[in-house]
Amino acid sequence: MKYQSHHRVGDQPWLRRTLILAAVALSALLLAIPLVLIFTQAFSAGWGALVSNIGDRYTLHAIGLTLFVALLTVPLNLVFGTALAWLVTRFRFPGRKLLVTLIDVPFAVSPVVAGLLYLLLYGRNGWLGSWLADYDVQLMFSWPGIVMVTIFVTCPFVARELIPLMQQQGTEEEEAAVTLGASGWRLFRRVTLPNIKWALIYGVVLTNARAVGEFGAVSVVSGNIRGQTNTLPLHVELLYQDYNIAGAFAAASLLAAIAILTLAIKGVAEWRQARLLAREPADRNPQ
Amino acid sequence: MSIKIEHLNKTFGSFQALRDISLDIPDGKLTALLGPSGSGKTTLLRIIAGLENASDGRILFGDRDISRLPVKQRNVGFVFQHYALFRHMTVAQNVAFGLESLPRNQRPPKTEIRKTVNRLLEMIQLPELANRYPAQLSGGQKQRVALARALATRPDILLLDEPFGALDARVRKDLRRWLRGLHDEFHFTSVFVTHDQEEALELSDQVVVMSQGQVEQVDSPTRLYANPTSRFVFDFLGHVNIISGTVSDGWLQQGNARVSLPGVSTSGDAQLYLRPHEVHLSVEPDSRACLPFTIEAINLIGAEVRVELRPDGWDCDDIWEVGVSHSEFSRWQPQRGDRCFVSPEIGHLFRNGDNRPQPVTWP
Amino acid sequence: MAHASPLKPRSKRVLPGFGLSLGVSLLFISLVLLLPLTGLVAETAGMTWSQFWFVVSDPRVVESYKVTLWTAFLASLFNGAFGLLLAWVLVRYEFPGKRLIDAMVDLPFALPTAVAGITLATLFSTSGWYGQWLETIGISVAYTPVGIIIAMAFTSIPFVVRTVQPVLEELPPEDEEAAITLGASDGRVFRKVIFPSLWPALLTGIALSFTRSLGEFGAVIFIAGNTPYETEVTSLMLFVRLQEFDHAAASAIASVVLLVSLVLLFAINLWQGRYLRRLHGK
Repeated sequence: MKYQSHHRVGDQPWLRRTLILAAVALSALLLAIPLVLIFTQAFSAGWGALVSNIGDRYTLHAIGLTLFVALLTVPLNLVFGTALAWLVTRFRFPGRKLLVTLIDVPFAVSPVVAGLLYLLLYGRNGWLGSWLADYDVQLMFSWPGIVMVTIFVTCPFVARELIPLMQQQGTEEEEAAVTLGASGWRLFRRVTLPNIKWALIYGVVLTNARAVGEFGAVSVVSGNIRGQTNTLPLHVELLYQDYNIAGAFAAASLLAAIAILTLAIKGVAEWRQARLLAREPADRNPQ
Repeated sequence: MSIKIEHLNKTFGSFQALRDISLDIPDGKLTALLGPSGSGKTTLLRIIAGLENASDGRILFGDRDISRLPVKQRNVGFVFQHYALFRHMTVAQNVAFGLESLPRNQRPPKTEIRKTVNRLLEMIQLPELANRYPAQLSGGQKQRVALARALATRPDILLLDEPFGALDARVRKDLRRWLRGLHDEFHFTSVFVTHDQEEALELSDQVVVMSQGQVEQVDSPTRLYANPTSRFVFDFLGHVNIISGTVSDGWLQQGNARVSLPGVSTSGDAQLYLRPHEVHLSVEPDSRACLPFTIEAINLIGAEVRVELRPDGWDCDDIWEVGVSHSEFSRWQPQRGDRCFVSPEIGHLFRNGDNRPQPVTWP
Repeated sequence: MAHASPLKPRSKRVLPGFGLSLGVSLLFISLVLLLPLTGLVAETAGMTWSQFWFVVSDPRVVESYKVTLWTAFLASLFNGAFGLLLAWVLVRYEFPGKRLIDAMVDLPFALPTAVAGITLATLFSTSGWYGQWLETIGISVAYTPVGIIIAMAFTSIPFVVRTVQPVLEELPPEDEEAAITLGASDGRVFRKVIFPSLWPALLTGIALSFTRSLGEFGAVIFIAGNTPYETEVTSLMLFVRLQEFDHAAASAIASVVLLVSLVLLFAINLWQGRYLRRLHGK
């Protein structure tokens, strides 16, 4: 007979079943079914239509631009996020708490406001933008603006993944490494990095997902020029406004696939990181 | 390598953790920093290592003022309370880490590093665990690995922060004995922090008792135990029987209790501290003292019998404890509720307001 | 006795990298976060108070504030309840598919808002899977504030769940067991023992959800219909003003929105610092 652990609140079978059912039902309605809809709509005109939708010239360009933006954004934010996490969890200095709060700003700010901020600064009438225009440099309504705004919107993610973890892990291993004579990079590479590996991976993957999917901020600064400054989410909107539902959802399905992949990697990363933390030997030689 | 600490101060914000600490730690000896939590002992250890910076004062290793030197250049080995082993490296990799971190021109070749690691693993008697990960080791094994890792680079000074605190009693005893043996063989200068007075007294050549950021007493274990120089040290080193009273005409009196004080010429309020093994029990008062008690409890504790006594006709804050040998016990056969008397052999008198005791011996 | 010299070792930190990480962080934050603010400041500084007030108190804009505020409020309340339910079920019960649901909770985070927007719009349109069903019982979602609420709720589902989950996980079973052995009913134990530990995290999650919903754009604009004075949210108002090339007006509105967001952010962080730390004793 299975050992019955102590009774806890909410253990009664009827309550348990009701709550689980409610949770599952609502999750299905709000989370699962929308996902399913994306793919059914994408396939609604058949495989051939799906392929030609995705292979459409403008869609391909949008995919390319989106990937390009992500390619620039993610490494930059990776470096920044790691540096900030190291700074904030390993040292004490005045203004530390302010920095931690500042990093949440892109979270709290509406993406349209974010786009507007950049537009006001770098647009033709902004003080920096007009100065740059004198040198024939135009950042808004072309890809640099999109990249900058995407960096803004996605910069918290790596830091927010690393900071609680690094705080929880404490500094003892790193202090030990210092007493053993390790220099800065060696210390980080051999002692810190392996301990935060999975959280870092998830932070990167999440940054990527958000960079690829950013809509509001990019809408403001991109100019929506089909074939030139349309990212994939913008292109989805364009197709939808054109009543090309199948096309819109075809493009959307690509984005949804990235989202699903992101979630899958998150699952793996969390699991691996938890095992690291719990000090369980995972794939070591168990003896 | 001896250590000399001069007028060290450390404040954290508004909290003063260390006050004007001056200490000499002799070369090649095992010194214990002993005290309750909050006494500043770990802070002091970390400052010696360079893991914290003092607010004021100097530290010298030998003749060198190393106060400004960063950790890496101090050549100290540090063993952390919770081991701080690198969890994703094997035992061998952990132990090799210090050697691999040496600058190119000082680093020994890989084969030599491996040999050193093996030698160290032999020394800690865990050669078969070289390829295990820390998560697969017991607490005692982890501690030994942490020690081997710290010793790999041949530090001048070894610092240990409550090294055995997280282990259970049996393992602790074994490791203590083993550390002492290691120390006797290699004679490095070691400083370790502990709150366990038994550990400090058993292991070290010199004990530094600390309280609230200050040094209370520095002495060898035997002298420390025989002559504590303050109330704090007394209280900290184990149970003490105390009688408070008034001294006049060479006798301390309170209620119907009286103790003679040979060689004491003062008068006024005072407390007499008597340790459990510095008195003996008898059925009658004698010329030294009349200290009547009723037996409250009798505890058979391993090697001796501990008798707990409640004062009869006078008062004290805490019950008295006296140790009685098993043979004596079986001869005498005391019972709970029996009346008996305590006769002193060695005592320590604290006049009111004094912090230093006056030793009293009875002929 | 040598006079004690002030101790200032060359590098004052034990761990390396302070200078480098500080430099990188400050540079990045200045360029990415702070510099863009100057553009807004410059633009609004060029307006007089009356101009500013005129734009910001324009009836259509004010209506958008109201719409945004009350829809975000209701969406967060819903998420508070739904999030609590999900967190409870995920932490305390075992059932097939639990891992899947746990992973799916983060879907709104990972899914682009535009995709969420067209999906919800399609689902709840009068011919959509949900929409047609709801029509029969007389509920219209698309092109109504209800649609806005749903879109806002969708995009901030993870906030409450992920804030409450860790607190629930760390709840010591002994506390509950003690209360039960003392004869308390389940409801009482929940009210007196469990909920007091939960509500700070719950409130934080709701506040985060609220803040996010206030600014939500992509998910909302497809389902809302964007009828001025009825289903226009403030982020859309901003966008409209920008399309009209009225940068001044957009800036004015944006500064109001930004101010509110920042105040909320700081309030939440302060709250978290006070309450959540006390609970976890970090």
